[in-house]
Amino acid sequence: MGGTGSDQTMNLTLNVWRQKNRRAEGEFVTYEAKDINPDMSFLEMLDVVNEHLISRGEEPIAFDHDCREGICGQCGIVINGSPHGPRGATTTCQLHMRSFHNGDVLTLEPWRANAFPVIKDLMVDRGAFDRIVAAGGFITAPTGNAPEANSVPVPKENADLAMDAAACIGCGACVAACPNASAMLFVAAKASHLNLLPQGQPERSRRVLGMVERMDGEGFGGCTNHGECEAACPKEISIKFIARMNRDHHKASLLRIFS
Amino acid sequence: MELKSNVPSGPMDQKWTKHKFDMKLVNPANKRKYSVIVVGSGLAGASAAASLAELGHNVKCFCYQDSPRRAHSIAAQGGINAAKNYQNDGDSVERLFYDTVKGGDFRAREANVHRLAEVSVNIIDQCVSQGVPFAREYGGLLANRSFGGAQVSRTFYARGQTGQQLLLGAYQALERQVGLGTVKMFARHEMQELVVVDGQARGIVVRDLETGAIESHASDAVILATGGYGTVFYLATYAKGCNTTAIWRAYKKGAAFANPCYTQIHPTCIPVTGHYQSKLTLMSESLRNDGRIWVPKMKGDQRPPNQIPDDERDYYLERKYPSFGNLAPRDVSSRAAKEVCDEGRGVGKSGLGVYLDFKDAIARLGEDKIRERYSNLFEMYERITDENPYKVPMRIYPAIHYTMGGLWVDYNLMSTVPGLFVAGEANFSDHGANRLGASALMQGLADGYFIIPYTIGNFFGSNKFAKVSTDHAAFKEAEANVAGRIKSLLSIKGTRSADTFHRELGKILWDYCGMARTEQSLTTALEKIPALREEFWHDLRVLGTGEEINQSLEKAGRVADFLELGELLCRDALERRESCGAHFREEFQDAEGEAKRDDENFCHVAAWEYNGEGKTPTRHVEPLEFESVHLQTRSYK
Repeated sequence: MGGTGSDQTMNLTLNVWRQKNRRAEGEFVTYEAKDINPDMSFLEMLDVVNEHLISRGEEPIAFDHDCREGICGQCGIVINGSPHGPRGATTTCQLHMRSFHNGDVLTLEPWRANAFPVIKDLMVDRGAFDRIVAAGGFITAPTGNAPEANSVPVPKENADLAMDAAACIGCGACVAACPNASAMLFVAAKASHLNLLPQGQPERSRRVLGMVERMDGEGFGGCTNHGECEAACPKEISIKFIARMNRDHHKASLLRIFS
Repeated sequence: MELKSNVPSGPMDQKWTKHKFDMKLVNPANKRKYSVIVVGSGLAGASAAASLAELGHNVKCFCYQDSPRRAHSIAAQGGINAAKNYQNDGDSVERLFYDTVKGGDFRAREANVHRLAEVSVNIIDQCVSQGVPFAREYGGLLANRSFGGAQVSRTFYARGQTGQQLLLGAYQALERQVGLGTVKMFARHEMQELVVVDGQARGIVVRDLETGAIESHASDAVILATGGYGTVFYLATYAKGCNTTAIWRAYKKGAAFANPCYTQIHPTCIPVTGHYQSKLTLMSESLRNDGRIWVPKMKGDQRPPNQIPDDERDYYLERKYPSFGNLAPRDVSSRAAKEVCDEGRGVGKSGLGVYLDFKDAIARLGEDKIRERYSNLFEMYERITDENPYKVPMRIYPAIHYTMGGLWVDYNLMSTVPGLFVAGEANFSDHGANRLGASALMQGLADGYFIIPYTIGNFFGSNKFAKVSTDHAAFKEAEANVAGRIKSLLSIKGTRSADTFHRELGKILWDYCGMARTEQSLTTALEKIPALREEFWHDLRVLGTGEEINQSLEKAGRVADFLELGELLCRDALERRESCGAHFREEFQDAEGEAKRDDENFCHVAAWEYNGEGKTPTRHVEPLEFESVHLQTRSYK
């Protein structure tokens, strides 16, 4: 056995949002999670609860997840009001039970946002993010057209900053954390990643205009600088990227008016 | 069944160029008349779907995740190889070709590997132009690092998230096409059947995972880019949803399955902590650039690692393989770890672990440099284990990570079913019996960006296509099969969940067909697996219905296929009576415990043909010839 956690197991009470499908009304249902090992991940704890439910003939709790190593961005549960739970810079799948205590009562909810409809229990539809990317979150470089990779040097500082923005996993915690359910941090991260690179310059204006327009069309709220998004982001994407995108967006809007 | 490799004639370094010229083209105005289905949206699938749509084809792309960006390529950490020779350290296409053939222990098709090495340089160009933020030097040029099995620095990387960045590049190219209306994307859809009409792949049947609807989609060609089948072992570094269903369904429709026993075990993963464990997490091979691997010299040494002096540590990889040291290839490193643990020198509570120690690198380069190179990996390690790897060495142990086997394909990446193409990890090509680090990303993108777009055009240009719609009887029959299968899974109403069967199957495979295999262990596995399968079909419990989101039902369908594949995997391992690469048969080793190949009898690809329910599959053989890299005993000493 590994880990330095104690072998003491714990018991928790879970209030879980259960909702049959998109159209159904949901409700909280209470479950007991017994004999939980502190070295378990949060999702492994739910696996154990689900196995118990199945053995009792009750339908297991549906939740999204895939890689379980904090990179695919598919998992995401609001735990006691915090997207991805209490620990900073951590996805739900990388949260471990040692972050909790015996006797804790936890409330588990899906992401709450008009643009992310709940499809079952803790699962939501984040298709809006894909549509925002399709509206400009790319560099037009069809296969086969590329010049030699080292023909355009990129200053290390710019490449590093672009990488900081590109680290976004598209989980949507920023939206879930925002009182306005704004998607600004997600959109700013993608736009900044591409706008910081020389390859991204030709489409710089089109990109921000297209993505922001789509974002508004999807029903996300506006940004009023609460900063909750940055605090909830499992990849610690900086809110400074929002300011950077706003600059690009203002410039592009002015250019559009005068052209 | 005939296995025609269709490798072009001519000298090795001119085959691909010549083939590209010889292939038939489709006139630009006609391209949109040809429709392609791409299953899977990882590096191979997303790059193929985007590239084919750019060419003008009519594309549909399917993935089981909620977005194409989630595909498990995203989790690849360390890097991507390319023969750019930017470091002026003697790299070349020829050397990458040589390293890959040798690394694969001479069980890959030479011509495919050469082509892979050739296009590797185009991949880096393509990705940079898409905005992939690779690591750079202060002068603004691209940085490189070293990986296992190579003596040059040819690996390009984006911190410890190279797979993520390459996938986002391909995903963005794909979404651009979705925005243009040339690709129709179907997320949360899982392929359930391949549809074959008049001997040709003409579509698929999928299940909409949200509504449960069973839908047919027709096309002129189908590309499976659905990844590997390593999750058959349950505990693996794969994503939880990774499965074999798409390629297994295709196998049952006539696509030969090649070398299923070549399963890669990665030496540096975080050890298992308990029975509830749902997956294993890799620590990138790139860490072996700076970390030194060791165990105590003394058996059962319980002292904390920092209290064991240097002369009482066994840096066993450096000792056994002085010229490659900690960068020995994966199969060799994994077996060496197993060996020291079997001797009772393993570390951690379970004794199944070895140290990966950064003490010397931190002393030499400073903690900041190590943080810059690996911070995200160190953080991930700390989150999982609650130990700080800057202060105490990491504990690592081998785990299932990749499968070199997969559907058999010819030089054009077409399977034994005409019109069915297979790309990326889902096919068997290129890596032989062992894949080198940073080569999976290279192969996935090579297949999707630079190979399939050419070879599929040739397929369209040289064949006639009768119009086939989803009203065809073959689609109706496939839909009925899918519905019937779902109904049977739901109506067993037994006592055990799909997960419990999956865990049990995984344990059988790990114990009897894992890092070391014997005639005896494989025979045992071949008795246990059918018995478990029998129990599955009698005692499975899936609650809920088929007309809604039902994750238990999804799992059950995947486990049902794993229970069949597991048997084929063991059968293949049993029949390959030699050791090669990741396939280590204890009966076949030299005096020093290294793998002993049998080129006389096994210098071939084994491809299995399905013969129907309950019948033994037929083992076909494609002989391998080595004209450029001469067969030799692989040595990293």
